[in-house]
This record gives sequence, C-alpha cells and structure tokens, in this order.
Amino acid sequence: MKNEQIGKATSRVDGRAKVTGEAKYAAEFNVPDLTYGFVVSSAIARGKIKSIDTSKALAVNGVLQVFTHENRPGYVWGDEKYQDKDSPPGSPFRPLYQSEIQFSMQPIALVVAETFELARYGASLVEVAYKQDAFDTNFEANIEKAYVPEKYKSTPPPDPRGKPEKAFADAALQIETEYTHPSEHHNPMEMHASVAVWEKDGKLTVYDKIQGVDNSQQYIANAFGMDKEEVRVISPFVGGAFGSGLRPQYQLFLAVLAARELKRSVKVMLTRQQMFSFGHRPKTTQRLAVGAAEDGKLEAIQHDAFAETSKFEDYSENVITWPGVLYKCDNMKLSHKLVGLDVYTPLDMRAPGGTTGIFALECTMDELAYKAGVDPVEFRLKNYSEKDQNQDKPFSSKELKECYRQGAEKFGWSKRNPEPRSMKEGHNLIGWGMAHGAWEATQKEASAKAVLSPDGKLTVSSATADIGTGTYTVMTQIAADTLGLPLQDVTFLLGDTSLPKSPLEGGSWTVSSVGSAVKAACDKVREKLFKLAQQVENSPLKDAKFEEVRFTDGKISLQQDASKAVTITAALKQNGGESIEEQVDSKPADKQDNYAPYTHAATFVEVKVDEDLGTVKVTRIVSAIAGGRVINPKTARSQILGGMVWGIGVALEEEAVMDNNLGRFMNHDLDKYHVPVNADVHDMEVIFVEEKDDIVNPLGAKGLGEIGIVSVAPAIVNAIFHATGKRVRELPVTLDKLL
Amino acid sequence: MENNSPALPPKQTVKLRINGAEKQLELAPWTSLLDALREHLNLTGTKKGCDHGQCGACTVLVDGRRINSCLTLAMMQEDKEITTVEGLAKDGELHPVQQAFINHDAFQCGYCTPGQICSVIGLVNEGKAKTLDDIRDLMSGNICRCGAYVNIVKVVQEALERSETR
Repeated sequence: MKNEQIGKATSRVDGRAKVTGEAKYAAEFNVPDLTYGFVVSSAIARGKIKSIDTSKALAVNGVLQVFTHENRPGYVWGDEKYQDKDSPPGSPFRPLYQSEIQFSMQPIALVVAETFELARYGASLVEVAYKQDAFDTNFEANIEKAYVPEKYKSTPPPDPRGKPEKAFADAALQIETEYTHPSEHHNPMEMHASVAVWEKDGKLTVYDKIQGVDNSQQYIANAFGMDKEEVRVISPFVGGAFGSGLRPQYQLFLAVLAARELKRSVKVMLTRQQMFSFGHRPKTTQRLAVGAAEDGKLEAIQHDAFAETSKFEDYSENVITWPGVLYKCDNMKLSHKLVGLDVYTPLDMRAPGGTTGIFALECTMDELAYKAGVDPVEFRLKNYSEKDQNQDKPFSSKELKECYRQGAEKFGWSKRNPEPRSMKEGHNLIGWGMAHGAWEATQKEASAKAVLSPDGKLTVSSATADIGTGTYTVMTQIAADTLGLPLQDVTFLLGDTSLPKSPLEGGSWTVSSVGSAVKAACDKVREKLFKLAQQVENSPLKDAKFEEVRFTDGKISLQQDASKAVTITAALKQNGGESIEEQVDSKPADKQDNYAPYTHAATFVEVKVDEDLGTVKVTRIVSAIAGGRVINPKTARSQILGGMVWGIGVALEEEAVMDNNLGRFMNHDLDKYHVPVNADVHDMEVIFVEEKDDIVNPLGAKGLGEIGIVSVAPAIVNAIFHATGKRVRELPVTLDKLL
Repeated sequence: MENNSPALPPKQTVKLRINGAEKQLELAPWTSLLDALREHLNLTGTKKGCDHGQCGACTVLVDGRRINSCLTLAMMQEDKEITTVEGLAKDGELHPVQQAFINHDAFQCGYCTPGQICSVIGLVNEGKAKTLDDIRDLMSGNICRCGAYVNIVKVVQEALERSETR
C-alpha cells in the first residue's frame, strides 16, 4: 500500500496564518510595558572610540538608557562564551566589549526608550569621537597575502591526487581561468530582531529571529552567565534567513543586556542598512587550471580559491571540493586560502561555497567544452563521476544523467546551434547555456516527540525552524503518513527551546534529520498502538503480526484484508484514557559512512541580451533535480523556484560594493543592493527526476533548500557567452561588462 | 526636568479608520502609519522590511489604493479607509486573493505576503495591468526574497480574470 501523505502536493499548513497576518515573527510579540532599543553603528572601519557622549540622548524625555562599552555591566568576556553552534575558528565579535572598532557599522551603543521613535531619535543624538586607524578592506590588494588557516570551518581541502601539474602540462587542451564572485548579503525580508521579555522572577523569554532556538539559548546562557533553564527562546516564524539566522546576531545580545539591566522588556530590530553590518557571502576569487585530451576527456584539474574573511575569525566554506564530486579526473589539486580584511566575519549564505565554487567550475568547463568542440551536456557525460573522489566513496544515489536527459528534452537543447551569436531576434541576441551542480544530503542527530491524545489528535514537536522551507508542512505530512491520520488531526510544533533538541535549520538537512526523528517517534507510537489494538475485545488483529498491518484513514488494518481493522481511537481506549507519548533521539545509520550522499541538478537557461543596451533578460530556466524522494512536490517546487530566482540575483544583480576609502559596503539598502524583483523573472520550470535512495536516511528524501541555486548562475553566464561571444568572469554580469 | 534637548512636539489625537473600525490614538506626530499599525494597534500583519519604501512589505490599501505605509505619517491618513491584511477575510472566510496565495504556494517565509496580497488587490483596482509583462512590472514594488514570483503572477492573473467576469 502506498503511503498517503508523503508525496502529496499539500498546501502549507501554516498558509492561513501567513495570509491573514496572524503568523507572528520575532519583532511582533508586543508584550505589555515594552521598551524599544535602537542601535548606533560605527562610522569608521577601524580604530578606537575616543569618547562617546550620550548626554543629549539621555536628556530626551522617554529615553531610558544608552548602553555603551563604558557603562555596560562586567561579564565574562572569554571567546568561548561567545562562540555559537556556527562559529568559525577565531575570536568572536563581542558587542560593547571594548572601545576598539573592528569593522564599519559595528554596533557601539544601544539607545533604549519608551517608544521606537524616541529610541531612533536618541540614537541620532549620540556623539562619538573616533581615533581612526588604517584599515584593509581591499580584497584585490590583499589576495597575494592569502593564508591557509590553522583550522578550517569547512571541510579541509583533500590531499592532491595523481600528478596534477604534470598531467596539466602534458594535456592536449589546456585552460586557465580566474573567476570572481562579489560579497553578497542575505537580505531576508524580515530584518533581524529580538524581543527580550523580562519575567517577574528574573528569567527571560526571548523571541528571536534565528534558524535554531537552541543556538540563541546557548549563546545567551554563556554570554550572560545564566542557566539554560532561565532562558526560553521562541521563534515560531522566521521571515526568511538563508543562513543569516544561523548565528545569533548582535541585536539579540543587546536586547538581552538591556532587559537585564533595566528589568524591562526590550525590542530591538535592526534597520535594513544594519542588515549589511554582519555576515555575508564572502568575496572569492578562484583560479582554475584544467587540462583535457583532444576529445574533452579531463586529465587534470587544479582549483584554488581565495576567499574573504574577517581579521578575527577564519570563515571558510566548501568552494573547491566540487570538481572532486562532479567530474571524473585522476589528477586533482585543490586549495582554499583566506584573505583577512577589516570586515565582519562572512557567514553561510544559501549553498555556501557551492554557489561560489560551482559557478567558477561550471563556467570554466563550458570554456573547455568550447575549446574541445564538444556539446556541454556531452562533455559532462564524458566526464561523469561515479564516486566522490575527495572521499573515495560511491554516491548513495545519483540520477544526474536523467536530469540532463529530462532537462534537455524539456528545454529543447537538441536544437541548439553551438556557435556564439548564432541566434538573434530583433536587436536581442539569444543564448542557451547549461550547467550542473550538487549539494550535500546530510543527516544530523535530531530529537522529536510525538503525543497521541485519547481523541486521536497527534502533536509532534522538535525545536527546529521553518524559515519558509515548509518544515511545518512536511513534518505534519511525515507524521500523518506514518500513523495513517488525516492532516488536520496532526499538529507540528517547532521554534521553542522547551521542545526536543534539533540541529540548526540549514544545510538542506532538516527533512533528513528532523524528518527522520519525527518518523522514528511516530513509528514508536505505531508499535504501541498496534499492541493496544490487539487488546481490543474480539480484536480482528489479535493474531496478526506487526509487519502485516497498515495504518491508514485512522485505522489499523490487515494489509491482506482491509475489513479486519481496529480504529485508532478504539485502540486508544485501551490506554486507560492516557495519551501515548514517545520521544526519540535519532541519528544517522552507520551504513551511511560508506557512501557520499548528494543531491544533483542540471539547469538549462535561455537569455536575451540587448545588443545596444547590454541588458540581459533570463527568459527561460529549466532545472531538473535529483533529490531523492520528494515529500511535498508543491513546497519542493517552490524551494527550487526560489533557488532559481537567487541564481538570477547571483548572476546578474547582487553585489555588495566595498568603498575602500571608507571601509564600508556603500550600497547598503534595497535600493542600491539589487535583488531580483518580479519583472526579472520569466518562465521557470522544475523537474524532479525519480531517485530511490535507501541509504541517505529512512525517508529517502535528500533536502532541497540549496540544490536549486548552485547550477543556475553558471548556466546564465554560459548562456550569455553563447548569446554574445563574451566570457564575463566577474559577477554580477552587469550591462557595463557586456558593452 | 532640566532638558537641553530640542523640544519635541506634543502627542496628538489621531483618528484612524482601519478595517472598518474607528481607532483613536495618542501619537507623536512623527509616527509612521506602519509603526502606528504595528506598535500602537498591534496589527503586526503589516510588515516592516526596510522602512524606506524600497521593498513593499508594508503595503496597505488606503481608499482602495496600495501605498507603502512606511512612507506616510499616521496623522496624514485620518478620514480615510485603511485596509490591512487583517481586514481582508470576512466572517472567517478568506479573501479570494488570500486563498489564491495558499493554493498557488505564492509564498514561503510569508513575511512579504501581506504586502503582496494588498498589492495584488490594489493592482486589480488600478485596472492598468493588461499583459503578463504589465503584471510583472506592476508587482515589482514588492520584493519576495524567497523568490515566489512565478506563483505570485499566477495569483494576479487569476484575480484579474475574476475582476473581468464580475
């Protein structure tokens, strides 16, 4: 019997709350007697605060206090107290710790007032005198000083394989490229915000924008020397995050500090400008040297990355691992070095490393395919990898060939004339390009609890998050499916530290990790229910074995004879009016260690480039995805569509521009930092190819939050080459680069 | 109290008509309509995404026209009919545009959604959108960082069809 909820295109269970305005995001918990904090940001990139005069702000009626490094209470300031679950190695930034300025727009004061307007006004009255020091924000000028970190946050580059230098030198075809990806900011629509609620007994309830409440709780407990029991963190809805909510941001620290000192509840929401004052996707330059035989068969790949980090933490991401995953090649050398600048530490941003690395890799391979005179799809088939060569492990499953086939067919790839500038429509040059990509399909340890009440209603919970990914919906489906209940009888709770532990919501591992825990908890309830069903008077299941029954439509029945059934509510009556309660800690099965689990994608793009104006329109994108079993095709499609939209942003629009005279990202708002809008998005199609995977986790689902973005930007850039004959190697491809 | 800061103008009584109900507030004159809704009336369905008119998350309907509520002061909107996302459902039944957002999965995180919904209703009222490109252009004041545009466009098409057959 097919399960009935998994695989169904169900509308979001939290949809009604979101379209009516009932869904409450962090800044929307308006508790009684609330005060408002407004952050003052540093005007310089490096130096010291000589003096900070808060008297004018404090003189305003309604301003309660201005917190600075001078009057903040004494805490334990050791690095380890400020490290969180996503910290890179190094010394984390500590708000209001000292007079030293480490980066532009560093928070240097919090003005707290009775109203938002007064706090904002008060912040404008704080007068700061600085001693400016020389600073380094110039990436290009420092690239040759790049260093190998003592410890990588990401997977360390694997040891070289074969003889990459010699194989390159001997190769019939050689190509050397340099690709650059700018700094980008996440810019979720909801700015980061925290409401720290001061409870009568000195405990705190904190509403925070975070991709994992456990992380905020641990951070507060450590930084403020509190017991975890004294801090409850709640985050039922997150207005997008894309990685920006993996680490607790400074508004959380400041709200908690103010609440504890004032013994009042405090709300702090950052401004959109301040959203450019913390983690971002690091600017990265990549150099590739690739050698191939005449026919395009790869013989050597060298891939070196130089990526931005701060002067205080060594952030790194998996930029250069992708050749070893995506292309079969026996001679490979991969390196990742860091460029330390006076900026805030970069932070995982949707497919961190993958977006950056696959862009450079896939554009380089397009260049090489042209050099070899081989069709780009043919080229990839010729160099198809059957294992992750970095780890020397076979894939748990890989239906990438099917992605090429179905994607190409839907797109009409076979009609492509490979000649650049061969297709025209009026003053528009038309280009077709493609790329492929991969992303890790990881399972982490996670816990979940299932409570089935005597009336047959099931509540399942785990302290995970739903940042728009559909967690509420798919967990509800998984639970309902396992116990054969209608969706409306199942409630999934998340975003509360009082719930069972969950990993950070990121890395495309939530369905795999939390979903497996939800399934395991419900499986235990199932076993109990079956035993209870056997105890029902004259139970038709008395002699049945557990393996012989199924749970559907609120009933437990024999697979062979559906008429032999006991309703779940009847079985529950045997439990003495009590709920069935099961909590499990789930972890990856040992057999996973022998495999490399990845999702894969192939993307085909059409662009139209106005020859006179240099404007690029992405008129068509087809992405074929191999992501294992799809729990909910509706929300899954939306995630992939979102990734495609991000790919357009990466390829054509997004760039945080560093002004090296000021040491500041100068386009720090949504007017000048461009993200895709409705007019930028045209036809998009998503294909999920069938992929069976018994290894990746008990659900066979791989997670889809990041695979949607990785192959889109290179496919667009490759299409632009096909349209114009111009190979742009620096993102974003703005019109000035095409004229 | 000795006070050397510039004198702040006193709070004023502001009467707003929101979702059909009269609301009387004592507000500092510099309070935006957005902050009046979110912080003074607890109507947090209207979202703050930039506070500068650059993202559209705060879109509400004033006399049927869509505006960015962060770019107007509350006291400038007296004697007008203000509709927020909380005022669209009638007797528990969703407005067709709200229902269409659910049906087409035209959102993910949901933060831009109230603004998008008000914007769709405003766009239909304007009667200017005739083509697919019109729809895309005229919805471009509402950013959706999750990237639900393809599905949002379907909602708009459906809403326009509905308005024609009415």
